[in-house]
Amino acid sequence: MLNRMRKTDHQDERYVRQTMLPEIGAGGQEKLRHARVLIVGAGGLGCPAATYLTGAGVGHVGLVDDDVVTYSNLPRQVLYAESEVGKSKARAAASRLKAMNGEVEVEVMPFRLTSGNVRKIVGDYDIVVDACDNYATRYLLSDVCGEMCKPYVYGAVEGFCGQVSVFCRTSSSKTYRDLYPEDGMDQCMALSSKGVAGMAPAVIGAVQAHEVLKLVCGYGEVLEGRLWTMDLRTMQSFVIEL
Amino acid sequence: MKISVNNKEVETAAVSLSKLIEELSLPLQGVAVAVENRLVPRAAWATYALSEGMKIVIVRAACGG
Repeated sequence: MLNRMRKTDHQDERYVRQTMLPEIGAGGQEKLRHARVLIVGAGGLGCPAATYLTGAGVGHVGLVDDDVVTYSNLPRQVLYAESEVGKSKARAAASRLKAMNGEVEVEVMPFRLTSGNVRKIVGDYDIVVDACDNYATRYLLSDVCGEMCKPYVYGAVEGFCGQVSVFCRTSSSKTYRDLYPEDGMDQCMALSSKGVAGMAPAVIGAVQAHEVLKLVCGYGEVLEGRLWTMDLRTMQSFVIEL
Repeated sequence: MKISVNNKEVETAAVSLSKLIEELSLPLQGVAVAVENRLVPRAAWATYALSEGMKIVIVRAACGG
């Protein structure tokens, strides 16, 4: 009994700084507790996105990543420790997230998202956060979320730049293919650079997490049908209508 | 004519969006183009005429995460 009371007190205290915002409030917190959010990729974008969604009290977080932690991940993939190099990212991230907020259920999926498993996995969640690092997975997610009318919170980074949008929420919503038609993307894939300043995914992943909060709690203007871009070198930012 | 590309003034001889992309040595794939903050589908670039003072935003595809 005492334990339960303490837990409830902690819950109130834990979320007080966000529930005091009228946009979130106790009602929004309850919606967050019931929300199921899938994060595809536990790298530079996935680490901040998962951190802030877990911190905010999203009840159920799914993490898909078949990769293991390497030293070159550590500057920006802030959920991982040096001692975890070589270990599964999805498992290491989940244990860190559980330590941060024991009320959040974390589903660990230490494998690759493929055309074979994507429908089953996406079908289990309300919202998908695209925190992956390749075009093929983005097209796959966009196509499946489009079929299922599942909000697809897109984010991508390169160098000092990043972009965010929300696709696929309704049958008339824009998709990733509306932004970048696939034809000829092979050339683009070959040219793309892996260089990145750690702060770029920190910003983009946090913005993706916040789009999830807006979708779940129902406030503000979701980046639906709009693309937000930023360049940390110039601090130039654009919002374009899709 | 003078146009604005990503908030920078650019002097161009290009008459269409696709000519502008060519003039700026940008690839035709993996790029999104907006005029007056509205995306112009790639299929419309060749016939989309540029005019004095037009505000253009060019976004490059990124796939890092």
